[in-house]
This record gives sequence, structure tokens and C-alpha cells, in this order.
Amino acid sequence: MSREWPAEGTIYTETIVYTAPERYLADAPYQLAIIETRDHQRFTVRIVVDSVNEKANVGEQIRFAEERDGVAYYRRVRSV
Amino acid sequence: MRQVALIGIGKTAFGAFGDRSLPSLAAEAVGLALSDAGIGPSSVEAFYLGNFAGPSFTGQNHLAPYIAGMAGFAGIPCTRFENACASGGSAFFHGWQSVAAGLCDCAVVAGVEKMTSRNTAQVTEILAGAGDMAGEGQAGATFPALFAMIARRHMFEFGTKREHLAAVAVKNHANGARNPLAHMRKTITLEQALAGKLVAEPLTVYDCSLISDGAAAVVIVPVSHAPRYRSSKFARVLAAVQSSDTVPLDSKPDITTFSAVTRAANQAYAQAGIGPRDVHLAEVHDCFTIAEIVASEDLGFTPKGDGGPFAAAGCTAMGGVIPINTSGGLKSKGHPVGATGVGQLCDLVQQLRGEAGDRQVAKHQIGLAQNLGGSGGTCVITILEAA
Repeated sequence: MSREWPAEGTIYTETIVYTAPERYLADAPYQLAIIETRDHQRFTVRIVVDSVNEKANVGEQIRFAEERDGVAYYRRVRSV
Repeated sequence: MRQVALIGIGKTAFGAFGDRSLPSLAAEAVGLALSDAGIGPSSVEAFYLGNFAGPSFTGQNHLAPYIAGMAGFAGIPCTRFENACASGGSAFFHGWQSVAAGLCDCAVVAGVEKMTSRNTAQVTEILAGAGDMAGEGQAGATFPALFAMIARRHMFEFGTKREHLAAVAVKNHANGARNPLAHMRKTITLEQALAGKLVAEPLTVYDCSLISDGAAAVVIVPVSHAPRYRSSKFARVLAAVQSSDTVPLDSKPDITTFSAVTRAANQAYAQAGIGPRDVHLAEVHDCFTIAEIVASEDLGFTPKGDGGPFAAAGCTAMGGVIPINTSGGLKSKGHPVGATGVGQLCDLVQQLRGEAGDRQVAKHQIGLAQNLGGSGGTCVITILEAA
């Protein structure tokens, strides 16, 4: 089931999941976040991080990366 | 509406009991509650069972009449209530309504869960069903993850620290170590709690309640009938309120408070004719340490945002301003999900009767129990008074 994911947003809250449910055991650890759009809509998504030390923090900007198996993945918007 | 009395309580130990079936645990708790009340099974007119996921954990459905048959009162109306971790509280609320409304003169309310026959990943998956499976669950949210995100936002908005969360765990383990029926009877240090293995950052294993087996039961009758059954002390229900909210965490405007809890608390205090300052002790739903901190704020024991320092200062410890979870809470006593709401009432009644042994608090006239379902989709608050 595909849905409309916002192109960008900010991190409202986040966590790194170490103990995963059975179907996501292979993914752990992974960063999960509730993101908020400019018009205050919220979505629960995954954040793609290269290592848990580079996780996205509350208030940071993120941008849509891809959707796989009904899960939306976002990446941090890095200032260059 | 009639006033309602709790005239009997019964609890199994909470723990990992590989050799015990779910119905046998429930039947044991019911038997203990009946004998505590001094009545036989033939006096029971209705049976209310709180159970979250017995069918998923054990494969057995149709649990209420199954357990009633073992307890010796088959024939009466028997119904199972499922409201996630507030299943036990919800069963009690409906039993209370029936007795208060005069539809029945003696009801038994029990709660039970049998969780340890599954591995952690399976339990995590089953528990995730208390949240929004299509949204947050699909994204990979576990219950620890949902409460970790609540903790992270609480930290961001109010400056709550890891040390504050750990203080709740240390306090609840200290209390539970003195509870003979607790699952994990050991004290822990602040250093241990802080260095625990991460489950969902910032929560470690020491921030999470236990996966337990266990059951609890109470017997309720109209207050006017109570002297017939029991000459010694009983507890009067001053307020019983059940409330709800949307289930997905990302649907709530503010995740640092549970509107189901504040709504139920306001109604319960109004029903009882008291305020938070009048409560002598509370059993609150510490499925995670952050949940106890948020509950202490939502119940009005401390201002919003101050729950962390309030706990760290010892205000919720034995002898504090408002002793919270003198039983050890879900953290140390254990959290057999469906049993929890009823177990909290048993623990409160023990305190109100002055029978809590070396966990006994000095002032024990009025106690409050707060039972939370999922990440706030259901809340049941019960206020009891010693009679």
C-alpha cells in the first residue's frame, strides 16, 4: 500500500531501536522518528543514518529518500 | 448509583512460570480473592476478565467462561475485556458499573496474562499490536520505541535527564525488593540503571517493565452489603473512570502528556470530591520510567515538566510527598499486561488495610490507581478509600 509522503519536514521526536519486533530483526539498530511538516502534519518514518553516532536530532531538517515495503525513509538535510 | 466496596483481593506471584497455564493462574487469583472475601463461588453473579493477548500468547480463546468454569462459577455472565495494557482496569470499570448500577450484587474482576512462553522478538511483535499497526507499527515502532520518543520529546521540552528516568527505576526496584510477590526482587544502583543495555534510545532495559506471567482478582459488592461478608477492613470506591484517546502516537498534538489520563484524572477527582493533594499513595502505570514521570504530572502530583526532578528528589519514594508504586510498579513487580490494572487495585487495598508489611506507608486512607493502555489510547483511574 503506497501513500503520499511529504517531501521534507523536521524531526519532532526520535529514537534508535535496538530491540526490534520479529519482522524487523535484521534491520536493528535503526532510527525511527515522528516528523512534522510545515503545516503541522506528523508521520512516523525511518531515518537513514550511516551510523548511530550520526543520528538526526529533534528539530533537524530531513528530506524524503524512498519508500520500501510501505516504510518511508528520510535523510538529514546536511548544510554544506 | 450505589457505593461499591472491594471486599476481597487475590494475586499470584508475578514472574516466569513455565509450568503454569494462563487459566490456572487466573483461577488461583480468583480463589484467593474469594477466600479473602470469605465467600464461596455460588455468591458470584458476574465475571469480568481483563486479558490483552491470551489468544496470541497461548492459542486459547474464550477465556472468561473457561476460567469461570475452573473457579467454580460457570453459568453466570462471563466476559473478556481487551484494552491493551488497560485491559484489567477496563474489566474493573465495567464490573464496578454493574454493581454501582444495581444490576448485580457480587462481581469478580480478574486480570491475567501469560507472556513468557514466547521469545522477546515475538512478545515485542504481539505488544506492538496495542499501537497503530498500519502506521507506526509498519515503520518499525515497538512499545519501547514509542515511549522512547515520548522521553526524547519530554527531554527536549523540559530538560528531563537520563538520571531522572534512572531514579524512577532505582526507586521502584527498592520497593519491589520488599514485595514477596514481585517478579524481580533486587535493588539496583543509579550507575547500573544508566549503564543498562539500550532497548530504544534513550531507554535501557532498566527503563522497561518486565515480561511476566501472573494474575490478580478482586471481589466487589455494594458497600451496604460489605459487613455481611467481611467484618474487618474493606476499601470503598470513591471514583472509577475510563477514558480514551486516538491510538497512533503521531496523531496526538502533544506527546508529553496523555489527554486520556488528564481527562480521567479530572473526572475522577470530581467524582471523589478530592484533589491530587488528598491522595496518600498511588499505583501508576510505569510500563516505562518515562510513563511514571508523565503520570505524576498528568495526575497533578507535580507541575507539567517537573516530573523528572520530582522523582529524582525522592518525592515519590516511600516517605515522600506522594509515594508512587510502593509495590515496585510494573518495573520490578512485573507487567503481565492484562493482570496489571487489577493487580494495582490489590496492591492499593493491601496498603489501605495497613497490611503491606515493610512497604506500609504511614498515611493510607486514600489511594489512586492509574492504568494506561498502549501509548495512551485508554486510561482507567480508580480512587479507593479505606473503610
